Amino acid sequence: MALTFVSIATVTVGSGGAANIEFTSIPGTYTDLYIVLSTRTNRSNEVDAFSLVVNNDTTAANYTMRNLFGVGSGTPSSNTFNTYNEEVAYTSGNNATASTFGNASFYIPNYTVSQYKSVSVDSVGENNATLARMNISAYIWKSNSAITALKFIPITGTLLQQYSTATLYGIKNTV
Amino acid sequence: MPNSTKLVVDCSTGVTTEIELTAEEIAQREADAVAFAEIKAAEEAAAQAKAEAKASAEAKLAALGLTAEEIAALSK
Repeated sequence: MALTFVSIATVTVGSGGAANIEFTSIPGTYTDLYIVLSTRTNRSNEVDAFSLVVNNDTTAANYTMRNLFGVGSGTPSSNTFNTYNEEVAYTSGNNATASTFGNASFYIPNYTVSQYKSVSVDSVGENNATLARMNISAYIWKSNSAITALKFIPITGTLLQQYSTATLYGIKNTV
Repeated sequence: MPNSTKLVVDCSTGVTTEIELTAEEIAQREADAVAFAEIKAAEEAAAQAKAEAKASAEAKLAALGLTAEEIAALSK
């Protein structure tokens, strides 16, 4: 059977940690992209979050995000942002339960089509205690250019810890 | 920054490279951190103001003679 869901690349953070992870030269030969993160940062908190920069575009006005999130207690909330520099996905910080890693997935349909690019995200900062964040968010990169690069940056922590992983998958709608 | 290297995966070759952040990238990270902190501070201030306004409104309603149950019913 022909493969329609293919691992394009995967990376594991080494002992020194990493400031961020970037996928570059993403081939335009798939229909959709799917990214899975398993990460933990050095932030002195139970949770941390990622920003996502597309094609190295740091023009805040080119992004819009709607985030629905829960924090482990109380009523879930939401917020809206017009920047890449916000909590598009949560992860575990250094005060989370030892050896736990947050999980996040990003689905990017039609990433080469000449229209604005949508990103659907769900994530959780794993922690075996009440304080843990999870979200679903919708994200738009307002550009008609094909996506060729994705950068995942911890927002508050300064590095991703060892054993954090990121995998980029390509999805084809035909065999 | 305690660690100034990033992991770059070239999907055309499959090669992962550990690269020092440029001065421009470090400056961008620092500017982003400041901007993010400002956004969060504004959010917290707005939430605090909203909570204080709610408490003030509830106190005024109580002064008018509404019971706690009646005040709670108004917000449902």
